[in-house]
Amino acid sequence: MQQIPIEHILFVSTALFFIGMYGLFTRRNMITMLMSIELILNSVNINFVAFNKYLFPGKLDGIFFTIFIITVAAAEAAIAIAIIINLYRTHKSIDVEDATELKY
Amino acid sequence: MADYSYIALVPLLPLATFVLLGLAGKNRLVKWSGYIGSATMLGSAVISLYAAYQYFFVNGKTGDAYAEITALRYTWLEFAPGLSIDMGIILDSISVMMLVVVSFISLMVHIYSVGYMKGEERVTTYFSFLSLFTFSMLALVVSSNIFQIYIFWELVGVSSYLLIGFYYQKPSAVAASKKAFIVTRFADLGFLVGILILAFYSGSFDIGTIINRATDSQSEAFTGLVSAGFLGMSALTWSLVLVFAGGAGKSAMFPLHIWLPDAMEGPTPVSALIHAATMVVAGVYLVARLFPVFYIDEIAMQVVTYVGAISALVAAIIACTQTDIKRILAYSTMSQIGYMMFALGVSGYGGEEGLGYTASMFHLFTHAFFKSLLFLGAGAIIHFVHSNEMKDMGGLRKWMPVTHITFLIACLAIAGVPPFAGFFSKEEILLAAYQSDKIVYGIGLFVAALTAFYMFRLYFSVFWKKEAADASHHGEGTWSMKLPLIVLAGCTVVVGFIHFGNYISSDGAPLPTHFDIRFSIAPVVSAVAGILLAAYLYKKESDRPAKFATALGRLYRAAYKKFYIDEIYLFITKKIIFNLIGAPAAWFDRNIVDGIMNLLASGTARTAALIKGMQSGRVQSYALYFFGGVVALAILLIYIWI
Amino acid sequence: MSASSVIFYIISACTLVTALLAVTTPRIFRSAIWLLFSLIGVASLYFWMEVEFIAAVQIIVYVSGIVVLIIFSIFLTQQSGAKMPKPALKRALFSALAVLFGFAFTYNLISKHAFTATSTQPFAVNVSDIGEQMLNPTEYGYLLPFEVVSILLLAAMIGCIVIAMKSPVKKVISENGKGVLAPRNEHKEEVDEVTS
Repeated sequence: MQQIPIEHILFVSTALFFIGMYGLFTRRNMITMLMSIELILNSVNINFVAFNKYLFPGKLDGIFFTIFIITVAAAEAAIAIAIIINLYRTHKSIDVEDATELKY
Repeated sequence: MADYSYIALVPLLPLATFVLLGLAGKNRLVKWSGYIGSATMLGSAVISLYAAYQYFFVNGKTGDAYAEITALRYTWLEFAPGLSIDMGIILDSISVMMLVVVSFISLMVHIYSVGYMKGEERVTTYFSFLSLFTFSMLALVVSSNIFQIYIFWELVGVSSYLLIGFYYQKPSAVAASKKAFIVTRFADLGFLVGILILAFYSGSFDIGTIINRATDSQSEAFTGLVSAGFLGMSALTWSLVLVFAGGAGKSAMFPLHIWLPDAMEGPTPVSALIHAATMVVAGVYLVARLFPVFYIDEIAMQVVTYVGAISALVAAIIACTQTDIKRILAYSTMSQIGYMMFALGVSGYGGEEGLGYTASMFHLFTHAFFKSLLFLGAGAIIHFVHSNEMKDMGGLRKWMPVTHITFLIACLAIAGVPPFAGFFSKEEILLAAYQSDKIVYGIGLFVAALTAFYMFRLYFSVFWKKEAADASHHGEGTWSMKLPLIVLAGCTVVVGFIHFGNYISSDGAPLPTHFDIRFSIAPVVSAVAGILLAAYLYKKESDRPAKFATALGRLYRAAYKKFYIDEIYLFITKKIIFNLIGAPAAWFDRNIVDGIMNLLASGTARTAALIKGMQSGRVQSYALYFFGGVVALAILLIYIWI
Repeated sequence: MSASSVIFYIISACTLVTALLAVTTPRIFRSAIWLLFSLIGVASLYFWMEVEFIAAVQIIVYVSGIVVLIIFSIFLTQQSGAKMPKPALKRALFSALAVLFGFAFTYNLISKHAFTATSTQPFAVNVSDIGEQMLNPTEYGYLLPFEVVSILLLAAMIGCIVIAMKSPVKKVISENGKGVLAPRNEHKEEVDEVTS
């Protein structure tokens, strides 16, 4: 384990974060946007665990954060799906370009 | 010193009437408005007469001369310690005289109007305006502060505007009222600049202080005034000439006289009060008030003299050719005021030298009586004949006896025939002119002859010329119209015998006037000559006047057209001022000033339109901007600031 | 280069590649499956990092809960086999640039930072330790967050139900006799009734 410096793990998590951001910016489907958000959350989890393991091996705080993040992400995904379904009912589409009521 | 603070009632009573009648609306109090107005004017007149009695006969004198008494003073606007606009009442020999004149004539006019304006709608409004005017004029003559004079000066102008335009349905009346107001306002611009110059150098707005400081050759005010100059004339000259310009506008001096004939569109009692006896002498009063300061400046005195003389001459010439009875009287007023002006101009200061001053004030006093009498008589005639033109009148002596006699008395007075009032005052003016400037004396003598001529031309044309053809369908007029005529005629006869020099003179000390029979020959002879010429031409209907007119040819035509001065003014305003100054200014205002505002507004709108594209409603764009902002902040904080 | 390093590189490569595929593939169902694999990759990363409990939680909640939920919602809302419209080229290019810039910026910061370990204890995660610390009301315990999160889950459940509930449709007879569906504003009053 010690042969892998922490920067490499952080590289992975950063890359995963920005891949998720790319998906968030680019995808037109609301569900795929949700998937990108999940990727972002996962990258954050990896970060927490890595820091816990490499920098604070005696404590468990990173792990707890990870648990809570997973929990909240689950709740948020559920609510997001509910909203998407509601929006689908009114707009008959889940294309995010169709939901432009915030326009000037 | 006695307490004269009850003088404040004299202007305040008409003010109260104005407020009461003004608030009553045009149709209420119709029967009572005349009586209310007359009653308050009676009160004012009585108080003025009482105050005059007190001042002149009881306790006005300090030492040997009549002194200025400050009855009331109230500091109103203070700009700097010592420089404030106070509201105050001063009593001086001329202000007391003016109080008596204004309140008495106004009383006569009020009584006359009760009969003249009967049946007219908006009678209440009429009497409220009359009271407003009387209030302003009374307050003007007792003002202690030159700015207060200016305030009431303007107020008098406004009242005149309201009264001239009383018959507002007539477009000619509306045009006349506007003309009067604009011309006098234009003159008042000069007045204001003059006030400011005087006040700046004297350090005060108070008239007494200005006179003291400006005439004292040791004071810094005096040195300031004579040393500062502009275009070759000293500040003193400029300020006095400008102040005189304001006075000239209000007194209808040449060339600012154009409003006075047109002002005859107002009701005749208004003409009697305002444009004969009181408002138009405000300019003369102003010069008399500031006389010690005027006296020390040669150029200003020359201006006053020659403007007065020229006005007298021009007005007399024009009056010989006019056919509208009121216009003849208007030009006659202008001519007589010209007399008053040049009398002040040729006057000296102090003792014997101050004869011109006394003469001018005396003529003002007597002129008020006979001129208002003439106008009220003209009103009775117009009321009878229902027309202003002389050709519709003739042979009226049978139908209007009272008017006939009083009108004759007034004509004799204005012509300067003894023993009526005008003879004494005009003779003193001519004496003062003879003692200082012979040219002006010559002009005065010639104008006296012309005055007699045109006044008797008017008299003979109205009362003698032809046999009255129309049966008198109604009487001469009610008692309310006859009573003022009789009273004023009585005054005209009596007033000439007042030894005016005892009471009013340039320095307050009594001025003994000698009565030189030999000197009075020339004026009386010229007056009688004028009367005889008028009788020859006009007593019976004939074509002699027409032949006379064609013999004079071009001169007659020019005089008939009032020397084309109105046309010159119209040309200057329409072609020059409107096109060269007004139009570019309007263009500038519309395109540049408004344009800048519109540019700002449209620029803002366009910028907003550009920016609003950012709110597209697309969540992903928002996310991109958000991310961009975070990165920018991060770079900023990490690399640049920390 | 020990075996664990090689395994690490393989796992991370798989995770990243599948994540990339998840955000770029035009078919939505495939995107969901690539996401699934990516999440399994993340779980294996946890395994490699010796936090087995988290890996288990990841698989239970994420892989089999959330991805299944996503797949159900795909079924509920559209045809899963159809191709999705591609994003505008300008948008894709711009986002790619922004993302690459962000990545470079962040990794630059990270690599410059000297991470120092605070202690040299061996890293051993026992499930019992986790359990004790979770329910410990004092001394670095996570009892309060635990309770709060459970309430949050309850709220999320109720919220989901309320948001996604279909309002009952009332028939309104209009003038010409035809039935007209009531407007959706009815929904608000019903929500108030439910929550009051």
